Amino acid sequence: MSNKEWPLWEVFIRGKQGLNHKHVGSLRAADAEMALENARDVYTRRSEGISIWVVESNNVFASDPSESQEFFEPADSKIYRHPTFYDVPDGISHM
Amino acid sequence: MNQAQVEFVLRIADDSLILGHRLSEWCGHGPILEEDIAMTNIALDLIGQATSLLNHAAALQGEGKTGDDLAFLRFDRDYRNLLLVEQPNGDFGMTMMRQFLFDAYRTILFERLQASSDEMIAAIAEKSLKETKYHLKHSSEWVIRLGDGTEESHARIQESLNTLWRYTNELFYTDAVDEEMHRSGILPDLSDLREQWEDTVNRVFQEATLSIPTNNWKQEGGRKGMHSEHLGYILAEMQYMQRAYPNMEW
Amino acid sequence: MKEVNITEMERKFQEKIDQDIKIEPKDWMPDDYRETLIRQISQHAHSEIVGMLPEGNWITRAPNLRRKAVLLAKVQDEAGHGLYLYSAAETLGADREETIDDLHSGKAKYSSIFNYPTLTWADMGAIGWLVDGAAIMNQVPICRCSYGPYARAMVRVCKEESFHQRQGFEIMMTLAKGTPEQKAMAQDALNRFWWPALMMFGPSDGESKHTAQSMKWKIKRSTNDELRQQFVDVTVPQAEMIGLTLPDADLKFNKATGHYEFGEINWAEFWEVVKGNGPCNKDRIDTRRKAKEEGLWVREAATAFAQKRAARKSA
Repeated sequence: MSNKEWPLWEVFIRGKQGLNHKHVGSLRAADAEMALENARDVYTRRSEGISIWVVESNNVFASDPSESQEFFEPADSKIYRHPTFYDVPDGISHM
Repeated sequence: MNQAQVEFVLRIADDSLILGHRLSEWCGHGPILEEDIAMTNIALDLIGQATSLLNHAAALQGEGKTGDDLAFLRFDRDYRNLLLVEQPNGDFGMTMMRQFLFDAYRTILFERLQASSDEMIAAIAEKSLKETKYHLKHSSEWVIRLGDGTEESHARIQESLNTLWRYTNELFYTDAVDEEMHRSGILPDLSDLREQWEDTVNRVFQEATLSIPTNNWKQEGGRKGMHSEHLGYILAEMQYMQRAYPNMEW
Repeated sequence: MKEVNITEMERKFQEKIDQDIKIEPKDWMPDDYRETLIRQISQHAHSEIVGMLPEGNWITRAPNLRRKAVLLAKVQDEAGHGLYLYSAAETLGADREETIDDLHSGKAKYSSIFNYPTLTWADMGAIGWLVDGAAIMNQVPICRCSYGPYARAMVRVCKEESFHQRQGFEIMMTLAKGTPEQKAMAQDALNRFWWPALMMFGPSDGESKHTAQSMKWKIKRSTNDELRQQFVDVTVPQAEMIGLTLPDADLKFNKATGHYEFGEINWAEFWEVVKGNGPCNKDRIDTRRKAKEEGLWVREAATAFAQKRAARKSA
């Protein structure tokens, strides 16, 4: 039997009703059930959560920082996507 | 003061106190960091339950004592916990098996006690039931993992079951105290306790590929203050400060 | 050609640091930065884990139920903090098991304070008040560390640790205003832990080989001596307030500088303890190693069971 460590899991917690799950850290667990329970004990000891997601770390696909220019910068020039791009005359409200 | 009621509350309180103490011995020594944290959470729940229940027992006694007085200043023969919970931790499998056998019983007990005519007991039971359901989930998953894990883990946890089985009959111990509690509505009907407990235990052991020992050798006595030799050492440690430095604030 | 590229990348990296832009796990970083961080974060993690033992020593002997629960919760937090930190180190490619093996083999270090024994209940007070106080002082600046995962772990740790120091001070205060035996117990604990607490900030700036580069990389944000001085300045009045005496004949307030001057630290003792010759070094490591070895069959069983179950599901 391998003496290797249990796989690494990423932990996401919903702090309260109405909020997104947010990444809080990682931990080790042999299976998903154990990962959930460990996440409960490690990351919600002070009532930080009402819902937990765990994802095995090697199932997370991440964008590559070396490609961040072509990935993200083209959006920067599309300023017309933001409301502040448009002039609204004084006296107009609720817009 | 209702002597039987005090006695009854002490029995539940001491189970939490002594098992919480045993589990707290693991802190810093768990098989992996995550499980160290998990066991400490269970220990904290149990110590919290013990605190509420001992405070209640002290109030029922009406002799001006505190929950701490009851926890730290009774003599060995006055503790009322089950023999099961004072058994040494052994290896991690032994600890999880002890926990599982106890949790399966405790869940049913707290479920029923929510309807106790003693409102304080009912309130403590309601809160403790949530904790205990989680403990049962945790301990039964571990019993299954270890039972159906490797050859070594199977052998080890089967051995733990063989060792601890003799203490399980005591979970269903009843005497005049329980009868009186039934009559006064403090203890709701528990006639199907053993049946319910066996359902849980059989289901988990089947999944864990464990076999129930055929040995019917039964040990009991804890409810009457007749303990195993282990309790004395637990108390020697637990009571050390209060005995060495009496009547001080900490 | 490659050399030039590396130099250029290092320049850009330092620019990011100078602009207080956080470095994240997949970003390019100089090898030395990675190594320094791994060393520092794992030392920090080991300190949390080994640090569970001196206090764990008193859990079963806590004097009442409230203190027992508080101590248990505190030691549990330390396990949690160790875990957050091992997780942060893993983002740099430091495998937890290997990191822990380095601790067990003596290759990796941890805070020397945990190699002193806890002899009385008052030591729970002294550790919470002084050791956690010193740790917080060390850790608060790291919340602004340049490496994102370490900074975020530190924010969480600092938030959780604020009760640790308070509960320790509360224990000391209760003892200091208790019976003569209790006060003597508190004073004795302070006498034993004061100097080792000052040593926790590490060698003085002239002797500290990593400080300059770590400051430039914003892994470290204050020097050892600055933090030590800050600690002395806040702690002395606290001791006075509860009527305890600090074991330092040279301690005096300098009105001109607004700081306390304190006596010479016994650096020979510090280095002996760091080298492994403190009163409890061997016990601490043996205990950790034993926990790992005795848990091996459990970890293996859980892996085997997870594999079996996955196979059954896919069958």
